[in-house]
Amino acid sequence: MSAPGATQPESRPPATGDGGPFVVRARVFSADDLRRAHTRIAHEIVERHHGADGLVLIGLYTRGVAVARRLADAITEFEGVAVPVGALDVAFYRDDIGIRPVQPLGPTEVPVDITGRNVILVDDVLFTGRTVRAALDALTELGRPRSVEVAVLVDRGHRELPIRADFVGKNLPTKRAEDVRVRLAEVDGDEDGIELWGPADPAGRGEGAS
Amino acid sequence: MRHLLSVDDLGRAELDELLDLGESFLDVTRRNIPKVPALRGKTVVSLFYEESTRTRLSFETAAKRLSADTMAFSVGASSIAKGESLRDTVQTVEAMGVDAIVVRHRSAGAPHRVATWVDAAVINAGDGRHEHPTQALLDALTLRRHRGTGLDGARVAIVGDIRHSRVARSTAKAFAALGATVTLGGLPTLIPESLAGWPATTTGDLDEILGRLDVIYLLRIQHERQDATLFPSLREYTTRYGLTVERAGRLKPDTLIMHPGPMNRGVEIAAEVAETPASVITEQVANGVAVRMAVLYQLLGSGATVA
Repeated sequence: MSAPGATQPESRPPATGDGGPFVVRARVFSADDLRRAHTRIAHEIVERHHGADGLVLIGLYTRGVAVARRLADAITEFEGVAVPVGALDVAFYRDDIGIRPVQPLGPTEVPVDITGRNVILVDDVLFTGRTVRAALDALTELGRPRSVEVAVLVDRGHRELPIRADFVGKNLPTKRAEDVRVRLAEVDGDEDGIELWGPADPAGRGEGAS
Repeated sequence: MRHLLSVDDLGRAELDELLDLGESFLDVTRRNIPKVPALRGKTVVSLFYEESTRTRLSFETAAKRLSADTMAFSVGASSIAKGESLRDTVQTVEAMGVDAIVVRHRSAGAPHRVATWVDAAVINAGDGRHEHPTQALLDALTLRRHRGTGLDGARVAIVGDIRHSRVARSTAKAFAALGATVTLGGLPTLIPESLAGWPATTTGDLDEILGRLDVIYLLRIQHERQDATLFPSLREYTTRYGLTVERAGRLKPDTLIMHPGPMNRGVEIAAEVAETPASVITEQVANGVAVRMAVLYQLLGSGATVA
Protein backbone atom coordinates (compact mmCIF):
# COMPACT_ATOMS: atom_id res chain seq x y z
CA MET A 1 0.00 0.00 0.00
CA SER A 2 2.88 2.37 0.48
CA ALA A 3 5.17 1.68 -2.45
CA PRO A 4 5.53 4.22 -5.19
CA GLY A 5 4.43 3.17 -8.66
CA ALA A 6 1.44 3.23 -10.95
CA THR A 7 0.31 -0.32 -10.21
CA GLN A 8 -0.24 0.17 -6.48
CA PRO A 9 -3.63 -1.17 -5.47
CA GLU A 10 -4.60 1.69 -3.20
CA SER A 11 -5.91 5.18 -3.73
CA ARG A 12 -3.05 7.55 -3.43
CA PRO A 13 -2.24 11.09 -4.48
CA PRO A 14 0.11 11.64 -7.40
CA ALA A 15 3.79 12.18 -6.67
CA THR A 16 3.36 15.80 -7.61
CA GLY A 17 -0.07 17.34 -7.30
CA ASP A 18 -1.35 20.88 -7.36
CA GLY A 19 0.34 21.38 -4.05
CA GLY A 20 3.80 21.01 -5.59
CA PRO A 21 6.30 18.20 -5.13
CA PHE A 22 5.80 15.52 -2.50
CA VAL A 23 8.20 15.79 0.40
CA VAL A 24 8.82 14.00 3.70
CA ARG A 25 6.71 15.72 6.35
CA ALA A 26 7.80 13.57 9.25
CA ARG A 27 9.77 10.47 10.04
CA VAL A 28 7.18 8.55 12.01
CA PHE A 29 9.14 5.41 12.95
CA SER A 30 12.86 4.71 13.10
CA ALA A 31 14.21 1.23 12.48
CA ASP A 32 14.18 0.63 16.24
CA ASP A 33 10.60 1.84 16.57
CA LEU A 34 9.59 -0.52 13.79
CA ARG A 35 11.33 -3.45 15.49
CA ARG A 36 9.57 -2.69 18.78
CA ALA A 37 6.20 -2.43 17.03
CA HIS A 38 6.70 -5.85 15.42
CA THR A 39 7.65 -7.36 18.78
CA ARG A 40 4.65 -5.82 20.55
CA ILE A 41 2.15 -6.89 17.86
CA ALA A 42 3.57 -10.42 17.90
CA HIS A 43 3.12 -10.55 21.70
CA GLU A 44 -0.43 -9.21 21.46
CA ILE A 45 -1.37 -11.83 18.88
CA VAL A 46 -0.08 -14.67 21.04
CA GLU A 47 -1.65 -13.18 24.16
CA ARG A 48 -5.07 -12.86 22.59
CA HIS A 49 -4.93 -16.40 21.18
CA HIS A 50 -3.41 -17.98 24.32
CA GLY A 51 -0.50 -19.27 22.29
CA ALA A 52 0.32 -19.79 18.66
CA ASP A 53 -1.65 -22.99 17.98
CA GLY A 54 -3.97 -22.80 15.03
CA LEU A 55 -2.64 -19.42 13.90
CA VAL A 56 -1.73 -18.60 10.34
CA LEU A 57 -0.35 -15.22 9.32
CA ILE A 58 -1.27 -14.13 5.79
CA GLY A 59 0.51 -11.09 4.40
CA LEU A 60 -0.96 -8.89 1.68
CA TYR A 61 1.39 -7.95 -1.14
CA THR A 62 3.75 -6.26 -1.21
CA ARG A 63 4.97 -5.19 2.22
CA GLY A 64 2.35 -7.07 4.22
CA VAL A 65 4.09 -10.30 3.23
CA ALA A 66 7.38 -9.08 4.71
CA VAL A 67 5.63 -7.85 7.87
CA ALA A 68 3.88 -11.23 8.27
CA ARG A 69 7.23 -13.02 8.05
CA ARG A 70 8.73 -10.73 10.69
CA LEU A 71 5.79 -11.28 13.03
CA ALA A 72 6.04 -15.04 12.56
CA ASP A 73 9.78 -14.96 13.28
CA ALA A 74 9.14 -12.97 16.47
CA ILE A 75 6.47 -15.43 17.62
CA THR A 76 8.80 -18.35 16.92
CA GLU A 77 11.52 -16.63 18.93
CA PHE A 78 9.56 -16.29 22.15
CA GLU A 79 7.09 -19.18 21.82
CA GLY A 80 9.40 -21.73 20.26
CA VAL A 81 6.85 -22.81 17.63
CA ALA A 82 6.75 -22.20 13.90
CA VAL A 83 3.73 -20.24 12.68
CA PRO A 84 2.67 -20.79 9.06
CA VAL A 85 2.99 -17.70 6.87
CA GLY A 86 1.11 -17.15 3.63
CA ALA A 87 1.08 -14.49 0.93
CA LEU A 88 -2.14 -13.23 -0.61
CA ASP A 89 -2.60 -11.27 -3.81
CA VAL A 90 -5.96 -9.50 -3.85
CA ALA A 91 -5.75 -7.84 -7.29
CA PHE A 92 -8.50 -9.90 -8.93
CA TYR A 93 -10.84 -9.33 -5.96
CA ARG A 94 -10.58 -5.54 -5.86
CA ASP A 95 -13.60 -3.32 -6.44
CA ASP A 96 -11.71 -0.75 -8.51
CA ILE A 97 -10.81 -2.98 -11.46
CA GLY A 98 -11.58 -1.02 -14.60
CA ILE A 99 -11.43 2.27 -12.72
CA ARG A 100 -7.65 2.27 -12.62
CA PRO A 101 -4.79 -0.10 -13.35
CA VAL A 102 -4.87 -3.11 -11.06
CA GLN A 103 -2.20 -5.71 -11.65
CA PRO A 104 -1.26 -8.71 -9.52
CA LEU A 105 1.72 -8.11 -7.25
CA GLY A 106 2.77 -11.70 -6.57
CA PRO A 107 1.59 -15.29 -6.38
CA THR A 108 -0.92 -16.30 -3.72
CA GLU A 109 0.77 -18.94 -1.60
CA VAL A 110 -0.87 -20.21 1.56
CA PRO A 111 0.97 -23.30 2.81
CA VAL A 112 -1.81 -24.69 5.01
CA ASP A 113 -5.54 -25.26 4.81
CA ILE A 114 -6.99 -22.21 6.53
CA THR A 115 -10.26 -23.96 7.37
CA GLY A 116 -10.69 -24.00 11.14
CA ARG A 117 -7.66 -21.79 11.77
CA ASN A 118 -7.37 -18.30 13.16
CA VAL A 119 -6.15 -16.16 10.27
CA ILE A 120 -4.32 -12.89 10.87
CA LEU A 121 -4.32 -10.75 7.73
CA VAL A 122 -1.20 -8.60 7.79
CA ASP A 123 -0.54 -5.37 5.91
CA ASP A 124 1.73 -2.39 6.34
CA VAL A 125 -0.86 0.42 6.21
CA LEU A 126 -4.61 0.39 6.79
CA PHE A 127 -6.27 3.23 4.86
CA THR A 128 -9.63 2.94 3.08
CA GLY A 129 -10.14 -0.71 4.04
CA ARG A 130 -10.73 -1.75 0.46
CA THR A 131 -7.67 -3.97 0.31
CA VAL A 132 -8.83 -5.84 3.42
CA ARG A 133 -12.33 -6.16 1.92
CA ALA A 134 -10.82 -7.75 -1.19
CA ALA A 135 -8.65 -9.98 1.00
CA LEU A 136 -11.71 -11.29 2.85
CA ASP A 137 -13.23 -12.34 -0.47
CA ALA A 138 -9.97 -13.95 -1.58
CA LEU A 139 -9.75 -15.86 1.72
CA THR A 140 -13.27 -17.22 1.33
CA GLU A 141 -12.12 -19.14 -1.73
CA LEU A 142 -9.25 -20.72 0.17
CA GLY A 143 -11.38 -22.11 2.98
CA ARG A 144 -13.46 -21.22 6.02
CA PRO A 145 -11.26 -19.84 8.78
CA ARG A 146 -12.40 -20.03 12.40
CA SER A 147 -11.72 -16.31 12.66
CA VAL A 148 -10.05 -13.51 10.72
CA GLU A 149 -8.24 -10.59 12.32
CA VAL A 150 -6.23 -7.73 10.87
CA ALA A 151 -2.76 -6.61 11.95
CA VAL A 152 -1.13 -3.46 10.49
CA LEU A 153 1.91 -1.35 11.24
CA VAL A 154 0.05 1.92 10.66
CA ASP A 155 -3.63 2.80 10.81
CA ARG A 156 -3.89 6.11 9.01
CA GLY A 157 -7.67 6.56 9.13
CA HIS A 158 -10.02 7.54 6.27
CA ARG A 159 -11.90 4.24 6.21
CA GLU A 160 -14.50 3.84 3.47
CA LEU A 161 -15.81 0.49 4.73
CA PRO A 162 -16.77 -0.91 8.14
CA ILE A 163 -13.38 -2.54 8.69
CA ARG A 164 -11.03 -2.10 11.64
CA ALA A 165 -7.62 -3.37 12.68
CA ASP A 166 -7.25 -5.75 15.64
CA PHE A 167 -3.52 -5.17 16.07
CA VAL A 168 -1.97 -1.77 15.29
CA GLY A 169 1.64 -0.59 15.41
CA LYS A 170 0.73 3.08 15.41
CA ASN A 171 -2.42 5.12 14.91
CA LEU A 172 -1.33 7.98 12.70
CA PRO A 173 -3.80 10.76 11.93
CA THR A 174 -3.23 11.86 8.33
CA LYS A 175 -4.75 14.03 5.68
CA ARG A 176 -6.14 12.29 2.64
CA ALA A 177 -3.64 14.02 0.35
CA GLU A 178 -0.78 12.70 2.42
CA ASP A 179 0.93 9.38 2.02
CA VAL A 180 2.38 6.95 4.55
CA ARG A 181 5.43 5.11 3.22
CA VAL A 182 6.72 2.06 5.03
CA ARG A 183 10.25 1.05 4.11
CA LEU A 184 11.40 -2.47 4.88
CA ALA A 185 14.95 -3.63 4.28
CA GLU A 186 13.93 -6.91 2.60
CA VAL A 187 11.58 -5.12 0.16
CA ASP A 188 13.13 -1.70 -0.34
CA GLY A 189 16.78 -2.56 0.14
CA ASP A 190 17.47 0.23 2.61
CA GLU A 191 16.95 1.03 6.27
CA ASP A 192 13.64 0.23 7.96
CA GLY A 193 11.40 3.15 8.75
CA ILE A 194 8.04 4.84 8.27
CA GLU A 195 7.66 8.30 6.76
CA LEU A 196 4.75 10.65 6.30
CA TRP A 197 4.86 12.35 2.91
CA GLY A 198 2.80 15.28 1.69
CA PRO A 199 2.71 18.17 -0.76
CA ALA A 200 5.47 20.72 -0.13
CA ASP A 201 3.16 23.70 -0.45
CA PRO A 202 1.09 24.31 2.73
CA ALA A 203 -1.75 25.51 0.49
CA GLY A 204 -2.22 21.89 -0.53
CA ARG A 205 -3.09 20.88 3.04
CA GLY A 206 -6.71 21.95 2.82
CA GLU A 207 -8.42 18.53 3.08
CA GLY A 208 -9.92 17.34 6.31
CA ALA A 209 -7.82 15.43 8.81
CA SER A 210 -8.97 12.11 10.18
CA MET B 1 -4.68 -1.86 -25.70
CA ARG B 2 -8.28 -1.57 -26.85
CA HIS B 3 -8.50 -4.63 -29.09
CA LEU B 4 -6.32 -7.64 -29.78
CA LEU B 5 -6.31 -8.10 -33.53
CA SER B 6 -2.74 -9.02 -34.36
CA VAL B 7 0.47 -9.88 -32.59
CA ASP B 8 1.76 -6.68 -34.23
CA ASP B 9 -0.46 -4.72 -31.80
CA LEU B 10 1.80 -5.82 -28.97
CA GLY B 11 5.17 -4.33 -28.16
CA ARG B 12 7.69 -6.27 -26.13
CA ALA B 13 6.54 -4.60 -22.90
CA GLU B 14 2.88 -5.42 -23.56
CA LEU B 15 3.78 -8.97 -24.53
CA ASP B 16 5.71 -9.46 -21.30
CA GLU B 17 2.91 -7.88 -19.30
CA LEU B 18 0.30 -10.20 -20.82
CA LEU B 19 2.48 -13.25 -20.23
CA ASP B 20 3.16 -12.22 -16.61
CA LEU B 21 -0.57 -11.82 -16.15
CA GLY B 22 -1.03 -15.21 -17.82
CA GLU B 23 1.22 -16.75 -15.16
CA SER B 24 -0.93 -15.17 -12.43
CA PHE B 25 -4.06 -16.59 -14.00
CA LEU B 26 -2.43 -19.98 -14.37
CA ASP B 27 -2.07 -19.90 -10.57
CA VAL B 28 -5.76 -19.06 -10.32
CA THR B 29 -6.79 -21.93 -12.60
CA ARG B 30 -4.92 -24.39 -10.36
CA ARG B 31 -6.83 -23.49 -7.20
CA ASN B 32 -9.66 -25.53 -5.73
CA ILE B 33 -11.98 -22.75 -6.83
CA PRO B 34 -10.37 -21.66 -10.10
CA LYS B 35 -12.37 -18.48 -10.39
CA VAL B 36 -11.99 -14.81 -9.46
CA PRO B 37 -14.59 -12.01 -9.48
CA ALA B 38 -12.44 -9.64 -11.55
CA LEU B 39 -14.84 -9.20 -14.51
CA ARG B 40 -18.15 -9.55 -12.72
CA GLY B 41 -20.86 -7.78 -14.70
CA LYS B 42 -18.99 -7.90 -18.00
CA THR B 43 -20.31 -9.83 -20.97
CA VAL B 44 -18.18 -11.62 -23.53
CA VAL B 45 -19.74 -12.88 -26.74
CA SER B 46 -18.11 -15.32 -29.10
CA LEU B 47 -18.95 -14.78 -32.72
CA PHE B 48 -17.62 -17.73 -34.66
CA TYR B 49 -18.10 -17.77 -38.42
CA GLU B 50 -15.91 -20.80 -38.69
CA GLU B 51 -16.20 -24.01 -36.73
CA SER B 52 -14.01 -24.27 -33.71
CA THR B 53 -14.62 -26.16 -30.54
CA ARG B 54 -11.28 -25.79 -28.79
CA THR B 55 -10.75 -22.06 -29.15
CA ARG B 56 -14.37 -21.23 -28.38
CA LEU B 57 -14.39 -23.42 -25.27
CA SER B 58 -11.07 -21.96 -24.17
CA PHE B 59 -12.39 -18.39 -24.44
CA GLU B 60 -15.62 -19.29 -22.70
CA THR B 61 -13.77 -21.01 -19.88
CA ALA B 62 -11.47 -17.99 -19.56
CA ALA B 63 -14.40 -15.58 -19.38
CA LYS B 64 -16.23 -17.72 -16.82
CA ARG B 65 -13.17 -18.02 -14.60
CA LEU B 66 -13.13 -14.22 -14.52
CA SER B 67 -16.83 -14.23 -13.56
CA ALA B 68 -17.87 -12.59 -16.84
CA ASP B 69 -21.10 -13.68 -18.53
CA THR B 70 -20.78 -15.40 -21.87
CA MET B 71 -22.89 -15.69 -24.97
CA ALA B 72 -22.19 -17.67 -28.10
CA PHE B 73 -23.20 -16.97 -31.66
CA SER B 74 -22.43 -19.73 -34.10
CA VAL B 75 -22.97 -20.31 -37.75
CA GLY B 76 -25.97 -22.39 -38.70
CA ALA B 77 -27.90 -21.79 -35.50
CA SER B 78 -28.50 -18.13 -36.04
CA SER B 79 -29.38 -15.25 -38.26
CA ILE B 80 -25.98 -15.64 -39.90
CA ALA B 81 -27.52 -18.54 -41.78
CA LYS B 82 -30.40 -16.29 -42.78
CA GLY B 83 -28.07 -13.99 -44.65
CA GLU B 84 -27.60 -11.19 -42.16
CA SER B 85 -24.47 -9.18 -42.88
CA LEU B 86 -21.50 -9.26 -40.55
CA ARG B 87 -22.04 -5.62 -39.70
CA ASP B 88 -25.71 -6.09 -38.84
CA THR B 89 -24.94 -9.12 -36.71
CA VAL B 90 -22.19 -7.31 -34.85
CA GLN B 91 -24.32 -4.26 -34.21
CA THR B 92 -27.21 -6.42 -33.03
CA VAL B 93 -24.93 -8.21 -30.63
CA GLU B 94 -23.46 -4.97 -29.37
CA ALA B 95 -26.91 -3.52 -28.81
CA MET B 96 -27.51 -6.33 -26.31
CA GLY B 97 -24.76 -4.78 -24.23
CA VAL B 98 -21.54 -6.70 -24.62
CA ASP B 99 -18.10 -5.65 -23.49
CA ALA B 100 -15.98 -7.93 -25.65
CA ILE B 101 -16.53 -9.71 -28.94
CA VAL B 102 -14.38 -12.71 -29.75
CA VAL B 103 -14.39 -13.10 -33.53
CA ARG B 104 -13.37 -15.99 -35.68
CA HIS B 105 -13.89 -15.55 -39.38
CA ARG B 106 -12.74 -17.27 -42.54
CA SER B 107 -11.75 -13.93 -44.07
CA ALA B 108 -8.52 -12.24 -43.11
CA GLY B 109 -9.15 -8.82 -41.63
CA ALA B 110 -12.75 -9.43 -40.54
CA PRO B 111 -11.97 -8.75 -36.85
CA HIS B 112 -10.29 -5.47 -37.87
CA ARG B 113 -13.48 -4.43 -39.65
CA VAL B 114 -15.59 -5.41 -36.66
CA ALA B 115 -13.36 -3.27 -34.44
CA THR B 116 -14.20 -0.19 -36.51
CA TRP B 117 -17.94 -0.70 -35.97
CA VAL B 118 -18.21 -1.20 -32.24
CA ASP B 119 -17.20 0.25 -28.90
CA ALA B 120 -16.71 -3.20 -27.41
CA ALA B 121 -13.24 -4.72 -27.27
CA VAL B 122 -12.61 -7.06 -30.21
CA ILE B 123 -10.41 -10.12 -29.94
CA ASN B 124 -9.25 -11.95 -33.05
CA ALA B 125 -9.75 -15.67 -32.48
CA GLY B 126 -8.43 -16.51 -35.94
CA ASP B 127 -9.07 -14.76 -39.24
CA GLY B 128 -8.53 -16.73 -42.42
CA ARG B 129 -4.87 -17.39 -43.08
CA HIS B 130 -3.91 -14.19 -41.35
CA GLU B 131 -3.51 -14.26 -37.55
CA HIS B 132 -4.41 -16.08 -34.35
CA PRO B 133 -2.86 -13.88 -31.68
CA THR B 134 -4.11 -15.73 -28.58
CA GLN B 135 -2.63 -18.97 -29.93
CA ALA B 136 0.68 -17.11 -30.23
CA LEU B 137 0.38 -15.91 -26.65
CA LEU B 138 -0.32 -19.36 -25.28
CA ASP B 139 2.60 -20.77 -27.26
CA ALA B 140 4.84 -18.01 -25.94
CA LEU B 141 3.67 -18.64 -22.37
CA THR B 142 4.31 -22.37 -22.75
CA LEU B 143 7.79 -21.80 -24.10
CA ARG B 144 8.56 -19.14 -21.51
CA ARG B 145 7.62 -21.46 -18.67
CA HIS B 146 10.23 -23.90 -19.93
CA ARG B 147 12.89 -21.43 -21.03
CA GLY B 148 12.59 -18.45 -18.68
CA THR B 149 11.31 -14.97 -19.35
CA GLY B 150 13.50 -14.18 -22.33
CA LEU B 151 13.36 -16.84 -25.00
CA ASP B 152 16.73 -15.48 -26.00
CA GLY B 153 18.46 -17.66 -28.49
CA ALA B 154 15.89 -20.47 -28.41
CA ARG B 155 15.99 -22.20 -31.80
CA VAL B 156 12.49 -22.96 -32.99
CA ALA B 157 11.38 -24.76 -36.13
CA ILE B 158 7.78 -24.43 -37.23
CA VAL B 159 6.97 -27.29 -39.56
CA GLY B 160 3.97 -27.89 -41.76
CA ASP B 161 1.64 -25.97 -43.98
CA ILE B 162 3.07 -22.54 -43.24
CA ARG B 163 1.43 -20.95 -46.24
CA HIS B 164 -2.12 -21.56 -45.09
CA SER B 165 -1.47 -21.19 -41.37
CA ARG B 166 -2.52 -18.25 -39.25
CA VAL B 167 -1.01 -20.02 -36.27
CA ALA B 168 2.43 -20.10 -37.88
CA ARG B 169 2.34 -16.41 -38.69
CA SER B 170 1.23 -15.25 -35.24
CA THR B 171 3.35 -17.67 -33.28
CA ALA B 172 6.48 -16.94 -35.33
CA LYS B 173 6.00 -13.23 -34.66
CA ALA B 174 5.55 -13.72 -30.92
CA PHE B 175 8.49 -16.10 -30.59
CA ALA B 176 10.74 -13.77 -32.58
CA ALA B 177 9.60 -10.71 -30.60
CA LEU B 178 10.62 -12.50 -27.42
CA GLY B 179 14.06 -13.30 -28.75
CA ALA B 180 13.78 -16.76 -30.32
CA THR B 181 15.17 -17.66 -33.74
CA VAL B 182 12.49 -19.10 -35.98
CA THR B 183 12.97 -21.41 -38.96
CA LEU B 184 10.07 -22.47 -41.15
CA GLY B 185 10.20 -25.98 -42.52
CA GLY B 186 8.12 -28.22 -44.69
CA LEU B 187 7.28 -28.85 -48.29
CA PRO B 188 8.54 -25.97 -50.44
CA THR B 189 5.03 -25.63 -51.89
CA LEU B 190 3.69 -25.02 -48.39
CA ILE B 191 6.20 -22.28 -47.53
CA PRO B 192 5.10 -18.71 -48.40
CA GLU B 193 6.65 -17.40 -51.59
CA SER B 194 7.58 -14.16 -49.89
CA LEU B 195 8.83 -13.98 -46.33
CA ALA B 196 8.00 -10.27 -46.09
CA GLY B 197 6.53 -9.74 -42.64
CA TRP B 198 7.86 -13.06 -41.37
CA PRO B 199 10.62 -12.75 -38.78
CA ALA B 200 11.96 -16.12 -39.87
CA THR B 201 14.13 -18.04 -42.28
CA THR B 202 13.25 -21.23 -44.11
CA THR B 203 14.78 -24.60 -44.63
CA GLY B 204 13.93 -27.32 -47.07
CA ASP B 205 15.91 -29.84 -45.07
CA LEU B 206 14.36 -30.48 -41.68
CA ASP B 207 16.69 -33.37 -40.92
CA GLU B 208 19.71 -31.12 -41.21
CA ILE B 209 18.63 -28.81 -38.33
CA LEU B 210 16.83 -31.40 -36.19
CA GLY B 211 19.65 -32.00 -33.70
CA ARG B 212 20.11 -28.30 -32.93
CA LEU B 213 16.50 -27.39 -32.20
CA ASP B 214 15.19 -26.28 -28.80
CA VAL B 215 11.59 -26.45 -29.99
CA ILE B 216 9.87 -28.24 -32.84
CA TYR B 217 6.43 -26.83 -33.51
CA LEU B 218 4.26 -29.00 -35.72
CA LEU B 219 1.26 -27.65 -37.57
CA ARG B 220 -1.77 -29.69 -38.36
CA ILE B 221 -1.88 -30.85 -41.93
CA GLN B 222 -5.29 -29.67 -42.98
CA HIS B 223 -5.72 -32.45 -45.49
CA GLU B 224 -9.42 -31.67 -45.86
CA ARG B 225 -8.38 -28.31 -47.30
CA GLN B 226 -5.39 -29.45 -49.27
CA ASP B 227 -4.96 -28.43 -52.84
CA ALA B 228 -3.77 -31.54 -54.61
CA THR B 229 -1.30 -29.54 -56.66
CA LEU B 230 0.56 -28.38 -53.56
CA PHE B 231 0.58 -31.66 -51.77
CA PRO B 232 1.72 -35.13 -52.73
CA SER B 233 0.23 -37.67 -50.31
CA LEU B 234 -0.07 -37.92 -46.55
CA ARG B 235 2.34 -40.82 -46.56
CA GLU B 236 4.95 -38.86 -48.46
CA TYR B 237 4.47 -35.87 -46.17
CA THR B 238 4.98 -38.05 -43.10
CA THR B 239 8.06 -39.63 -44.57
CA ARG B 240 9.72 -36.33 -45.32
CA TYR B 241 8.44 -33.95 -42.63
CA GLY B 242 6.45 -35.86 -40.04
CA LEU B 243 7.85 -36.15 -36.52
CA THR B 244 8.20 -39.90 -36.57
CA VAL B 245 9.63 -41.92 -33.71
CA GLU B 246 12.86 -42.14 -35.66
CA ARG B 247 13.10 -38.39 -36.18
CA ALA B 248 12.12 -37.64 -32.59
CA GLY B 249 15.06 -39.81 -31.54
CA ARG B 250 17.42 -37.41 -33.26
CA LEU B 251 16.16 -34.38 -31.28
CA LYS B 252 18.08 -33.24 -28.21
CA PRO B 253 16.57 -34.86 -25.10
CA ASP B 254 15.23 -31.46 -23.95
CA THR B 255 13.78 -30.32 -27.27
CA LEU B 256 10.16 -29.34 -26.66
CA ILE B 257 7.50 -30.69 -28.97
CA MET B 258 4.58 -28.34 -29.57
CA HIS B 259 1.39 -28.60 -31.61
CA PRO B 260 -1.63 -26.26 -31.68
CA GLY B 261 -4.09 -29.14 -32.01
CA PRO B 262 -6.09 -30.91 -33.09
CA MET B 263 -3.42 -33.46 -34.00
CA ASN B 264 -3.46 -35.87 -36.89
CA ARG B 265 -1.63 -38.65 -35.14
CA GLY B 266 0.40 -40.58 -37.64
CA VAL B 267 0.57 -37.69 -40.11
CA GLU B 268 2.53 -34.70 -38.82
CA ILE B 269 3.29 -36.37 -35.50
CA ALA B 270 3.56 -40.02 -34.52
CA ALA B 271 1.09 -41.11 -31.85
CA GLU B 272 3.89 -42.21 -29.49
CA VAL B 273 5.83 -38.98 -29.91
CA ALA B 274 2.85 -36.91 -28.77
CA GLU B 275 2.92 -38.79 -25.47
CA THR B 276 6.60 -38.36 -24.63
CA PRO B 277 7.68 -36.12 -21.73
CA ALA B 278 9.14 -33.62 -24.21
CA SER B 279 5.67 -33.03 -25.62
CA VAL B 280 4.00 -30.01 -24.04
CA ILE B 281 0.84 -30.19 -26.12
CA THR B 282 -1.57 -30.54 -23.19
CA GLU B 283 0.25 -27.74 -21.34
CA GLN B 284 -0.46 -25.52 -24.34
CA VAL B 285 -4.18 -26.13 -23.86
CA ALA B 286 -4.06 -25.27 -20.14
CA ASN B 287 -1.98 -22.19 -20.84
CA GLY B 288 -4.52 -21.17 -23.48
CA VAL B 289 -7.19 -20.58 -20.85
CA ALA B 290 -4.74 -18.56 -18.73
CA VAL B 291 -3.56 -16.25 -21.53
CA ARG B 292 -7.14 -15.69 -22.69
CA MET B 293 -7.98 -14.68 -19.13
CA ALA B 294 -5.04 -12.27 -19.29
CA VAL B 295 -6.25 -10.79 -22.59
CA LEU B 296 -9.82 -10.37 -21.35
CA TYR B 297 -8.59 -8.88 -18.09
CA GLN B 298 -6.33 -6.38 -19.87
CA LEU B 299 -9.07 -5.36 -22.31
CA LEU B 300 -12.05 -5.27 -19.93
CA GLY B 301 -10.42 -4.80 -16.57
CA SER B 302 -7.49 -2.74 -15.71
CA GLY B 303 -5.61 -2.49 -18.92
CA ALA B 304 -8.51 -0.47 -20.31
CA THR B 305 -7.50 2.55 -18.30
CA VAL B 306 -3.75 2.24 -18.73
CA ALA B 307 -3.47 3.58 -22.24
